[in-house]
Amino acid sequence: MVNKRELLFTSRRVASLGKGIWRAISVPVLAVLLAGIVGAVILLVSGASPIRAYAALFQGSFGSSAALGRTLEKATPLMFSGLAVAFAFKAGMFNIGAQGQLLLGAMTAAIIGFKVSGLPAYIHAPLALLAGALAGALYGAIPGALKTYTGAHEVITTIMLNYVAINITDYLADGPFKDTSPGNIVARTPPILDTARIPAIGNLPVGFIIALLVSGVVWWMLWRTTIGFEIRTVGLNPNAARYAGIRVARTLILTMVLSALLAGIGGAIETQGVVGRYQPGFNVGLGFDGITIALLGRTHPFGVIPASLLVGAMKAGSSQMQFSAGVAKEITDVIQALILFFVAAELIVRWLLRTRVAIEEGVKLSTGWGKQ
Amino acid sequence: MRQNFALERLKCFLRRWGTALLIGLGLAVVIGWGYTTNPRVTEAVLASSVRQATPLVLGALCGLLGERAAVINIGIEGQMLLSAFIGFLFNVWTGSLLLAVLAGVLTGAILGLAHAFMSVTLKIDQIIGGTVINILALGLTGYFYTAGLVTKGKLLPIPLGPLADIPLIGPVLFNNPPITYITILLVFVVHYVLFHTRWGLRTRAVGEHPRAADTVGINVYMIRYVNVVLGGALAGLAGAFLTLEAVGSFERAMTNGRGFVALAVMIFGKWTPLGAWGAALLFGFASALQTQLQFFGRVMIPHQFIGMLPYLLTIVVLAGFVGRARPPAADGVPYEKE
Repeated sequence: MVNKRELLFTSRRVASLGKGIWRAISVPVLAVLLAGIVGAVILLVSGASPIRAYAALFQGSFGSSAALGRTLEKATPLMFSGLAVAFAFKAGMFNIGAQGQLLLGAMTAAIIGFKVSGLPAYIHAPLALLAGALAGALYGAIPGALKTYTGAHEVITTIMLNYVAINITDYLADGPFKDTSPGNIVARTPPILDTARIPAIGNLPVGFIIALLVSGVVWWMLWRTTIGFEIRTVGLNPNAARYAGIRVARTLILTMVLSALLAGIGGAIETQGVVGRYQPGFNVGLGFDGITIALLGRTHPFGVIPASLLVGAMKAGSSQMQFSAGVAKEITDVIQALILFFVAAELIVRWLLRTRVAIEEGVKLSTGWGKQ
Repeated sequence: MRQNFALERLKCFLRRWGTALLIGLGLAVVIGWGYTTNPRVTEAVLASSVRQATPLVLGALCGLLGERAAVINIGIEGQMLLSAFIGFLFNVWTGSLLLAVLAGVLTGAILGLAHAFMSVTLKIDQIIGGTVINILALGLTGYFYTAGLVTKGKLLPIPLGPLADIPLIGPVLFNNPPITYITILLVFVVHYVLFHTRWGLRTRAVGEHPRAADTVGINVYMIRYVNVVLGGALAGLAGAFLTLEAVGSFERAMTNGRGFVALAVMIFGKWTPLGAWGAALLFGFASALQTQLQFFGRVMIPHQFIGMLPYLLTIVVLAGFVGRARPPAADGVPYEKE
């Protein structure tokens, strides 16, 4: 016989857990639905059939195991840029520079991937990945240091560094590391060696598994380590953190470096798992996608997973949509912007209604220029 | 005693404007040297500096109108981009340049209204609100973009009579297309409004101490709304400049970070219209020099490194000047009525 009280207790716990989950996901789900509806209106206005478009989008992203594999492949770098933005957000920093950090990570991984030879795969591939991560991290140290020592706001410096990174990688791909094989006129590196590639198991990209593991590590770090505690405290109230003896300057730089490290891994996986070499302009806008994903995932490392799957599915299915429903791919960008708007607006509506607000939402980004 | 006072004032003046003076002096030497060795190229570079500065000045004016009332606008980039696109489309449809410019300005104003609504009424974090505008503009222009369209005509330079014949100054300042003239005029208009009218005083009060302003009966929300909407209109004009005056067609993401550079220009100009104009001219000079160098290919530097210059300059300016320039005290803080 099952104990009645125990049963009651368990069912209550399940109920309260369900309630908690619903509270966490209701806003993102609502935002996605609303964005889908407004997106349908835009499609109607521009003379396309929303039902056909969305059906094609779904078909192209989840319709077959190949399509699903493509979705996971697209979701992987998105998850990393989302994690990067979400991580920095926890310390009250806004990293719009994931794009540039990702590009440098991708480039560095490519260089290690084709320059270094004679290594077994189990050393070569991790080495290239690590190099990419480090390149991203170093690049992220710049805005972090600028913010703490000079007060230059990271939103502007990271965006400017994106343009600088585009120029650097363009130069490297067109100059010192250009693919010199006969017949090539494009700016790109030679293909990386097979030993540096991150393979796929059937249709399941290994990079995606790495992304899942990394989001677990990020969660562990934020909520189970001292550094994570310091980062979150600085994000909630830098003054209180300083008063409690946390070295705020060091924490901010470290946050930016780790955030950029995540973006760097994303770039490296894109090179090693998907593209197989570095070529400029391979996926512009990943940094901005990261913002949408981070906010849609409520800046939680686990929330980032479904968010990046959603955006990845939109990217994977958009070609199919363009092909069979005749709708320009860019509608997915519009829908993404709408999602971001509704997520941001919804947070405020809740706040205005004075419903319970999770503590994480107290993080503030607009601290003015140079004040901390 | 008297002498001491004069010395103090000089010191104070130097502290405030010393950097500007030094840069100005350096530039004057470079320009003088350039003009004596190659007048044609010097004139071309300077004229191009003035035009390249136009969207930056307008963006900076947009930014500082908002920030003087304590609203940070990181969405200038998106406001410019969408206005550039709408202005462009209007020109293609109607064939009228005037209507197109007005459409661009109106688009900017509407986006300004959206930003004001998000940051003043909804009290969304202003950085996120601006980012929403940026991403939305990128998405909408990308979706509705049609390749191969060009404008019907472009805004052309209007020489201002005999003024345009003055050597060096004439071709640089008095032979410009309309939006560039309007921009120069607007610098002084905004300066006058901000520092010599009741509205300007109220705006600055709202930016420094909204509670005090509210206590004496100033409508904080209204001031913020109007400033951000007007700022949006200026950003819209900058967008119209890009498609209708500078390029003559629309390309994806053609603003290329100008909205963000404009914010650096605003900070470099210490939140003043005249300062922003000077800073924008410096940035314009850097870009003009860059195009000139690329065009002639005289230097053996890869073009990517020259292409980085404006962005690196922005970072250096931000890092070097943010600490020393003081933003409005309430900058970025939503106002909560009691």
